[in-house]
Amino acid sequence: MNIVVCVKQVPDTAVERTLTPGAGTLDRETPDGLINELDEYAIEEGLRLAEAHGGEVTILTMGPDKASESIRKALSMGADKAVHLADDALAGSDALGTSLALATVLGRIGFDLVILGSEATDARTGVLPAMLAERLGVPQLTLARKVDTDGTAISIQRQTDYGYDEVEASLPAVVSVVEKINEPRYPSFKGIMAAKKKPVETLSLADIGLDPGQVGLAAAGTEVLSFAKRPARQAGTIVKDEGDGGSKAADFLASQKFI
Amino acid sequence: MAEVLVLAEHSGETVKKVTFELLTLARRFGEPSVVWLGSGAEGARDRLAEFGAAKVYLADGDGVDDYVAAPAADVLATLTGRVSPAAVLVAATPEGKEIAGRLAVKTGSGVLTDAVDLTPASDGSGPVAEQSIFGGAIIVQSQVRAGTPIVAVRPNSVAPEPAPGAAAVEPAGAELTDAAKGARITQRVVAQRGERPELTEASIVVSGGRGVGNAENFALIEKLADSLGAAVGASRAATDAGWYPHQFQVGQTGKTVSPQLYLAVGISGAIQHRAGMQTAKTIMVINKDPEAPIFELADFGVVGDLFSVVPQLTEEIARRSQS
Ligand SMILES: Cc1cc2nc3c(=O)[nH]c(=O)nc-3n(C[C@H](O)[C@H](O)[C@H](O)COP(=O)(O)OP(=O)(O)OC[C@H]3O[C@@H](n4cnc5c(N)ncnc54)[C@H](O)[C@@H]3O)c2cc1C
Ligand SMILES: Nc1ncnc2c1ncn2[C@@H]1O[C@H](COP(=O)(O)O)[C@@H](O)[C@H]1O
Repeated sequence: MNIVVCVKQVPDTAVERTLTPGAGTLDRETPDGLINELDEYAIEEGLRLAEAHGGEVTILTMGPDKASESIRKALSMGADKAVHLADDALAGSDALGTSLALATVLGRIGFDLVILGSEATDARTGVLPAMLAERLGVPQLTLARKVDTDGTAISIQRQTDYGYDEVEASLPAVVSVVEKINEPRYPSFKGIMAAKKKPVETLSLADIGLDPGQVGLAAAGTEVLSFAKRPARQAGTIVKDEGDGGSKAADFLASQKFI
Repeated sequence: MAEVLVLAEHSGETVKKVTFELLTLARRFGEPSVVWLGSGAEGARDRLAEFGAAKVYLADGDGVDDYVAAPAADVLATLTGRVSPAAVLVAATPEGKEIAGRLAVKTGSGVLTDAVDLTPASDGSGPVAEQSIFGGAIIVQSQVRAGTPIVAVRPNSVAPEPAPGAAAVEPAGAELTDAAKGARITQRVVAQRGERPELTEASIVVSGGRGVGNAENFALIEKLADSLGAAVGASRAATDAGWYPHQFQVGQTGKTVSPQLYLAVGISGAIQHRAGMQTAKTIMVINKDPEAPIFELADFGVVGDLFSVVPQLTEEIARRSQS
């Protein structure tokens, strides 16, 4: 089975993140980058499926040169090879542009199964898996908390607010995963050494035959007009429980008409 | 006046509150038309009319309910082509966002997700969305500039306001493409529902964290939630420990909630947790550690042991609701 896992490098959520003045795009240079956490679950799921059914796991990343750090980590977890789409013209792409670029690469390299995280921690749009399925014209098996496949048919448990849906399709397909689907492995020392020799193909827009005018900031379907730091919340009332904490809390709720 | 398409969230003929919120926002940009997939539209007509729906486009049968996300996008794309709406509004639930994404690709339109407000641009160039990003640290105003504005709006962003509408039902006239029938839903498993509202939609959410101590003690959180008609949430520490199911996790890698009232019990307030609840209108905290960072967000906080504060609060709410 030919499995492609889409991995995004994102700024660490533990440090302060900002937008670049002017364009209002994410400042991707300043903070330390790491693999979007849910994508680690996507990699792990890809590795498990390949181990169970045979096949190869390819990492696909679109991002600046810096994103090669995340590609190395994914390879050291056990993925076989990687494709890195890097082109200055991609900077500032929105979901429309990103999905177009990734779908174009996927069309070129081919796949039985594409696996993504269900959401990235930077923009948190959570639309990319569905957009890719739409662009590729293959079934959308998203928000999976469990995946089963025999190499031809595939079924997932799709997480819902009320529990889950059982969903079935045939391959090729796009899958996105939620957090509790598995426990991502740590790269072993052997894995880290092996990763250094694994092939990484770097592609430009010209390589995939995509017109730079269709991606990047200029082609984005959305525009940031302005942004500002959230004003600090007004300091609230804090009381110490002296046997009447619950009752005081109820007073507050009543004053706000919640009860 | 231009139409504004609103995708209804409903279960059978019960319309979810977020739909009325979307109708309220839609009226700022034109005449709202509801898009209804599946059964129940007739029974819901009166309610939709009450909140200003001029039309109800109905797509029933043909398996619209049986496949993931794609049928709704097909129906919305057909209607978008036919009526050239001023905007398409969906609820910013995980599935709502997926539908919005597919529709954006189909129509070559920009899509904005997780809007917490939507206002007309001063120069008349369409809706301006307010979004809250990076765990709520930054507020962004943005606009769609390609195609039809598609906006996924978070539940509880606006108070639903009634306004008269005809709610005239007409067929959506959309046919599902084969591509929409790829991922078939064979079974819907309801793990835990009871009478509680859904987490992402609820006006009030009561969440428990590591301080709750174990799975059994979550009964305390559930009782408090039930006394308020609230949904129950949990921190990752609590779901990781297996005390509460993962679909109730609030935060960066869980659900984002934006309720009128968020009650954090035994939760420290890590940045990854805040990312999922910071846009709540009112925040109340119960925690025994006065230094816990969650108190920085609190409109009202009690420093104390949750095992005495929560039962007392639950009792007080019950007592006051009776009188
Ligand atoms: C990439 C990444 C993603 C993450 N995603 C999420 C996410 O989506 N959601 C999420 O919640 N976390 C997430 N986390 C984890 C997050 O960093 C915190 O570890 C987690 O939120 C802590 O949960 P907690 O507040 O329940 O536990 P703790 O931080 O241990 O806090 C427990 C609190 O309970 C209080 N307490 C204890 N006993 C009592 C008592 N008897 N009465 C009153 N108070 C009491 C303590 O004072 C303390 O403040 C993520 C972390 C990472 C690295
Ligand atoms: N630039 C990118 N390169 C590779 N994969 C991406 C990229 N952006 C998003 N993804 C994938 O899409 C998922 C959802 O991202 P998003 O829709 O941006 O929240 C992520 O978890 C990744 O798997």
